[in-house]
Amino acid sequence: MRWLWLIPVLPFLGAFLNGVVLRDRLGKKGVWMVACGSVLAALLVSVLAISGYLGSEQYSAHEPFEQSVYEWIPAGSMGLDDGSFADVSVEMGFLLDPLSCVMLFVVTFVGFWIHWFSVGYMDHEPGFQRYFTYLNLFMGMMLMLVLGNNYLVTFVGWEGVGLCSYLLIGFYFDEEFPPYAGRKAFIVNRVGDLAFLAGMFALVAHFGTLNYEKLFGTIEAEPALVQGDYVLGMTLATFVTLALFIGATGKSAQIPLHVWLPDAMAGPTPVSALIHAATMVTAGVYIVVRSNVLYQLAHGTSELVAIIGALTAIFAATIGLAQTDIKKVLAYSTVSQLGYMFLACGVGAYTAAIFHLMTHAFFKGLMFLGSGSVIHAMSGEQDMRKMGGLKEHLPWTYRTFVAGTLAIAGAPLLAGFFSKDQILAATWADHKLLWVVGLVTAGLTACYMFRLLFMTFHGPFRGSEEQHHHLHESPPSMTIPLIVLAVGAVFSGYVGIPKLGSIDINVFDHFVGQVVAHVGHGEHHASLGIELFLMALSVVVAFAGWWLARKYYGGDRGLAEGERWAAKFPTVHRWLFNKYYVDEAYDATAVRGTWACARGLFRFDSKFIDGVLVNGSRHLTVGISLLSGFFDKYFVDGLVNLVGVVSQSGSRFFRRLQTGLVSQYALVLLIGMAMLVWFYVVVGLRR
Amino acid sequence: MSTLLDVGTLHYLVLSALLFLIGTIGIVVRRNMITVLMSIELVLNSVNINLIAFSFSHGDLTGQIFAIFTIAVAAGEAAVGLGILIALFRLRQTTELDQARELSG
Repeated sequence: MRWLWLIPVLPFLGAFLNGVVLRDRLGKKGVWMVACGSVLAALLVSVLAISGYLGSEQYSAHEPFEQSVYEWIPAGSMGLDDGSFADVSVEMGFLLDPLSCVMLFVVTFVGFWIHWFSVGYMDHEPGFQRYFTYLNLFMGMMLMLVLGNNYLVTFVGWEGVGLCSYLLIGFYFDEEFPPYAGRKAFIVNRVGDLAFLAGMFALVAHFGTLNYEKLFGTIEAEPALVQGDYVLGMTLATFVTLALFIGATGKSAQIPLHVWLPDAMAGPTPVSALIHAATMVTAGVYIVVRSNVLYQLAHGTSELVAIIGALTAIFAATIGLAQTDIKKVLAYSTVSQLGYMFLACGVGAYTAAIFHLMTHAFFKGLMFLGSGSVIHAMSGEQDMRKMGGLKEHLPWTYRTFVAGTLAIAGAPLLAGFFSKDQILAATWADHKLLWVVGLVTAGLTACYMFRLLFMTFHGPFRGSEEQHHHLHESPPSMTIPLIVLAVGAVFSGYVGIPKLGSIDINVFDHFVGQVVAHVGHGEHHASLGIELFLMALSVVVAFAGWWLARKYYGGDRGLAEGERWAAKFPTVHRWLFNKYYVDEAYDATAVRGTWACARGLFRFDSKFIDGVLVNGSRHLTVGISLLSGFFDKYFVDGLVNLVGVVSQSGSRFFRRLQTGLVSQYALVLLIGMAMLVWFYVVVGLRR
Repeated sequence: MSTLLDVGTLHYLVLSALLFLIGTIGIVVRRNMITVLMSIELVLNSVNINLIAFSFSHGDLTGQIFAIFTIAVAAGEAAVGLGILIALFRLRQTTELDQARELSG
């Protein structure tokens, strides 16, 4: 546990070595050894730290382990909202509690295997070293995010993963679309980050600390502190939770800030698996669960979280039904599953949200890697309409992909079954309408995932001859991570077997449940009968989804059936295929608006600033200098010339004396002398 | 012993004044540079007579020594003056002073 700080430092070190010190000096092998080695080391230290924490006295006492590395921002005395003063200080500190244990394990474990996969996947790509530098940087930032013991450290990680996401989405920067997608992701995230900041400011201004333990301890002890009227008729809890949730919608791609995630698929596929499925996008869920004390005290926000989550879930799932790009389907699936997690948070089932986060990391990471393997085999082809029948050519990819699909679809006894069921059960107890939405989404999930599976791996091959010729199973470096994650996708659900009557072996719930406070709005539990009924129902719905997909896409049907199906509802299909025109709507409003605003400002700049101010001052200066030129020319120079004229006209008289005749000079001399004599003799004598 | 004309200091002074007057008029009215130079000599010598007359009457040799000095300076002056005269003649083929009035303002 003492080495907790080392966990984020190790990947940073890897990024530093690869990015700054070694560069390409040790060749590809050196690069991936450093990158994977640093993540493996982080994984090992994490496992040691977690097991150390589980065996410690603090854990027995239900207390977290905190490690302060150094005082980061000693802000000194600061006036708080209530007029008192507090010594505000933010430390660079790390926190190990059940929640961060789970996140830590998921991030390092899945992260390591995705690093491994990347070695094979990126082998032929240029920028191998750059890729691994970014990936390691991402790992370090993500670990900072989940380990931070206060909002600010988490926020640093939060921004850092956003940066790495931007860098990796735009990895193929010489093409046109990826840099655009990267910018889009960055800007959309920025909207959420602003709200996150506002929430942090409100907290620090009210409590004078951002430390999780201090903050939540204070609030838990006295919930009234955050329930007074704060701003715009909201309580502090509502304001902060709303702000954090807006931040979460940006990072976790929830409506209305979901638009960046599908475009983020422009990055390399392992990046999609790591950042845009397993880890970074779940940061929003993490921050909501981390702040669960506040959310429990803000009933309105919780409801909003649930509604947004459910809406996003069904919204993205329907879009997933009509997409043809394999990664786009998975991207919308991710958005949809993240919606599930927020639904769980909204209804107070925080452990269920984290449970689903974990299982989702396994099976979605697995499926993204699987799609990477497929794309690799198809020489970069991502359109499912050109695939088909790949199961003979990629047996291991197929097998693991089936495991992932079954897991996400909610097939009994696989990971997704338990986690999704837990969410649906909690939703049932809290909000029947949202439960219906969740249930329908479960069916849709099964449908679009099996559609993907059938279109990709079953039926006849629809690609070109050349692609067919090149089809090959990926090397072991890529299939081993698939198998490992498939094992996780199948078995990771067993840590969270729901409580059935008196049999309570839900280890996960008890473990993570320690970080869930019990103030106000908590989780409702359904009775045993209902629980079993719900389970059965979700299995039926998942089966229905599978049946529907099989009817139109299964076997050797190819595309014809599916297209006929789509043709039956042309309007619906068009809306789904075009993702409800959300991008277009944003383009027409926010993007165009920004452009129009920028143009307006440009016009203001060119007309007013440049025209009136800059050129105006130029004209003014020219005018003034003309005036002062006149003044100089006629007054000052006039004076000077006057002196000349006066002396000239004076000399016109005096120069007559200078005749040049020596005799005359002598005469003047004589006269002068005579006068002197006269003066001395006559005047002098007269005295 | 009584003479017809007792020559005293006054006579010298009158002579000197006359010479000075002649010299001065010569300087002022004559155009020929040689004549002007000679007139200057006259003026200088009138001063010499003056100096010696007073020296004699006062019984002090200072005046005579001064007169010798004046003669020496006058020699120098005559040399320089004649040098200028020759230069002028070479330039203008004349010794008329009013032919050389470049310094006229």
